[in-house]
Amino acid sequence: MALDPRLLRLRGGPAPTGDPALDAAIGESGGDFHDKVYTTRLDAVLGWSRKFSLFQYPFVTACCGMEYMAASANHYDTDRFGAALPRFSPRQSDMLMVVGTITHKQAPVLKRVYDQMCEPKWVVAVGACAVSGGFYQNYTSVPGCDKIIPVDVYVPGCPPRPETILDAIVKLQEKIQNQKHEFI
Amino acid sequence: MSEQAEHHPSATLSRVLAVLGDKAVGFHDRLGDDTVAIRPEHLVEVARTLKDDPHLLFDFLMDQTAVDWIEEEPRFELVYHLFSSKYFHRLRLKFRVPESDPSCDSLTPLWGSADWMEREIWDLYGIRFRGHPHLQRILLYDEFEGHPLRKDYPKDAAQPLFEPRYWGSREHEDPRKARGGDLKTL
Repeated sequence: MALDPRLLRLRGGPAPTGDPALDAAIGESGGDFHDKVYTTRLDAVLGWSRKFSLFQYPFVTACCGMEYMAASANHYDTDRFGAALPRFSPRQSDMLMVVGTITHKQAPVLKRVYDQMCEPKWVVAVGACAVSGGFYQNYTSVPGCDKIIPVDVYVPGCPPRPETILDAIVKLQEKIQNQKHEFI
Repeated sequence: MSEQAEHHPSATLSRVLAVLGDKAVGFHDRLGDDTVAIRPEHLVEVARTLKDDPHLLFDFLMDQTAVDWIEEEPRFELVYHLFSSKYFHRLRLKFRVPESDPSCDSLTPLWGSADWMEREIWDLYGIRFRGHPHLQRILLYDEFEGHPLRKDYPKDAAQPLFEPRYWGSREHEDPRKARGGDLKTL
């Protein structure tokens, strides 16, 4: 895996770090300190590491689930993006995939699953129903799972193409890379 | 086809009409579907007859549903589809119950499959089944008010279990305006 360019952004000529001990170490290194050591922001390195280890919790409720299974199987291969392994425990996952229609009866379950996930966590709403309720406007369907939990990436389509789901993962990775990260 | 004078009902329907006698208040076999109308007070008696008669043996209640003929009286029509796994013939039973007392006898003691279907009809149409062991909602949640497949239930009147919420950059959006209606329509 090539290093993200952001990690190399601050690499360059020696600059005073403000830390006397570190400055002294740079001075004693014979001038090749920056060939041996990368300096970067904590946010960037946390985002870089987190975006390539997405453990997904598939909250699969409807027909989009078949499309999601096709997308996560080896033909389309979400493993390429580090989102390989579905975890069926919310405690062990950090990306919630809401795939399919959410009913009002199911809404408390979805909320509970989301609350059980440990920080940091992200949500992808897959399919028209999860995004907006789709063509349902009746007594039973929630018009979009963002009425219940915050959503990071919306994937349109009924059902979405597998490429769209892959694109959503890439979009989410961009978002994670550019986020502020708390060191938990 | 069935209206033609020379048309005779099928052997199954003939036998059904023979064993039911005057308990059958109407019948037809349009499109090959043998159908008998009865009175609600005769339901259990008729069902037991159809199940036990050696030439009918309707041992399987395949489907049970209801129809809301709003603005008609009696308003609710109950429809039963019976099947015989020995003779492979079918029968449709129909009768109506009034809006003032939407109830009839339960067939759960005769056919176990009636249990969940009667709960579903109670859930969605609000028709009570006397003698059902535990007539509770089966699809919707207990907090739901009303019976949504009645034609006078507003089609988009949802009853969320908790208030919809927004987070982050979408906080400025009013959830009550998401679909141009009040919160009930969410």
